[in-house]
Amino acid sequence: MLLSCTGVRKTFGDHVVLDDLSLEVAEHEVVALIGASGSGKSTLLRCVNLLTGIEDGIIRLDGEEITNPKINPDLVRQRIGLVFQSYNLFPHMTVLDNITLAPTRVHKRAAAEAREQAMHWLERVGLADKARAFPDGLSGGQQQRVAIVRALVNNPRLLLLDEVTSALDPELVGEVLTMIRDLKGEGMTMVLATHEMGFAKQVADRVAFLDAGRVLEHGPPDQVLGDPTEARTRQFLSRIIEAGRL
Amino acid sequence: MTYAPSERQQERIAFRRRQAVRSVLLAALSTVVVGVLIVAGVTGSPGWPRVRQSFLNADVATKYLPDILDGFWLNIQLFLVCAPLALLLGLLMAVLRTLRGPVFFPVRALATGYTYTFRGLPLIITIYLFAFGLPGLRLQGTPDVLVLGGAAIVITYGSYLAEVFRAGIESVHPSQVAAARSLGLSYRQSMRHVVLPQAVRRVAPPLLNDVVSMQKDVGLISLAGPIDAIRSAQIGQAGSANFTPYVVAAVLFILLALPLIVITDRVTLRAARAQNAGT
Ligand SMILES: Nc1ncnc2c1ncn2[C@@H]1O[C@H](COP(=O)(O)OP(=O)(O)O)[C@@H](O)[C@H]1O
Ligand SMILES: [Mg+2]
Repeated sequence: MLLSCTGVRKTFGDHVVLDDLSLEVAEHEVVALIGASGSGKSTLLRCVNLLTGIEDGIIRLDGEEITNPKINPDLVRQRIGLVFQSYNLFPHMTVLDNITLAPTRVHKRAAAEAREQAMHWLERVGLADKARAFPDGLSGGQQQRVAIVRALVNNPRLLLLDEVTSALDPELVGEVLTMIRDLKGEGMTMVLATHEMGFAKQVADRVAFLDAGRVLEHGPPDQVLGDPTEARTRQFLSRIIEAGRL
Repeated sequence: MTYAPSERQQERIAFRRRQAVRSVLLAALSTVVVGVLIVAGVTGSPGWPRVRQSFLNADVATKYLPDILDGFWLNIQLFLVCAPLALLLGLLMAVLRTLRGPVFFPVRALATGYTYTFRGLPLIITIYLFAFGLPGLRLQGTPDVLVLGGAAIVITYGSYLAEVFRAGIESVHPSQVAAARSLGLSYRQSMRHVVLPQAVRRVAPPLLNDVVSMQKDVGLISLAGPIDAIRSAQIGQAGSANFTPYVVAAVLFILLALPLIVITDRVTLRAARAQNAGT
């Protein structure tokens, strides 16, 4: 298993957000995390990326326990990419500088080489002409694609995507989803929290439904989204259908 | 088809032009009236001849100008050395106050205590304590009063600047740090490449304001004894029984401050515009 979470517990004060949660992700697998707002999808992704500590349990990456306090979290994060709902590009840097920051400062690559790699990626996603632009001059969809590229140039083993299309205008969602679909084609391992059930169906190998702090049910998209075993999952999906999002 | 303004639009343009000419004329007239009133009021006052004699005496000014200029050179040097040091000290203290975790408690406490103390302590007292108190300890290698007085200025202004920097650091949204850390940057790297550049940009106007204020407060070094512009003016005043030397020093300080004040105004304006454009 590329990623395995076992018995993860995470609380904020008295509020238990993740409770004995277990989830495994194989290499090249794409797992869609679904669940009500506040069910802990973002929290789980932040725990995996060690942006926040856990109260109990074990998280392993490539078999190595990354929740071991003796491990340097900076080194772990270098192997895991995380893309946020609100893009979080650095507003004081050009698109190109946003992308080359980690390769040059963290991985100590030569500036010219990092730039070349960044330009290569920008060309691929059709944003080469924006390399010298600042983030606030880009549309939401363009910013999010830059944010994904920024995570990818670190060559992560695992890419975590946290509702990357939720902040976008409907007509901009497609360009980001296309990019994620392409990444799947290349075998990138991904865990994506999403509200786009249609997309989860298309791109995910497995869908995991988060409820009351644990993965209540998981399996192939057709099964979890089409014929769920758990009553809670059915309830959740019927609310989503009412909202017209499936 | 090429665009030609409609008749209605041409009327509007002509009207606005007439309005503009009229308001320029009105502004010029009112400025002249106010100016004349002030000059007439001051020069017509019963005490004016005496004031002119003791504050605006050309002979006294010419006589003491070279000495005051010499002293002023010291103020400029002191400012050029103290300003960068105070900015550095302020930045360092602000960053130390952001460190989290029990290991850093002593550092954090020290930095906090520093900013609390020196923001509350009047600069004059700090200068006295440094320039006259420290030598009293008779330690080996105590530097001279100029260095001690300069240190007092740096430390006092460092405490103000630290608070400005800290406000800037806190104004950067935590999601920026999360993004930087998620890329594998260490805390230091996130601070240096992501947080501080944004923080400094945001607080540039208040930082510059403090620097302007520091520019004139370097004159307080005269209290410790070194012969700067104010001290020379004081000597001149004592020698001539005339206050003109102080006016000469005042004009020099204003001239020195002008460029910095203009820059501060520009930066403030630009920052305000950038903020409005962002919303
Ligand atoms: N930093 C935090 N402090 C306190 N509570 C938090 C914090 N972050 C998240 N929570 C709480 O944890 C729960 C799960 O949040 P989140 O992981 O963002 O859910 P989701 O992404 O599924 O919508 C919510 O009830 C939220 O209020
Ligand atoms: Mg969320």
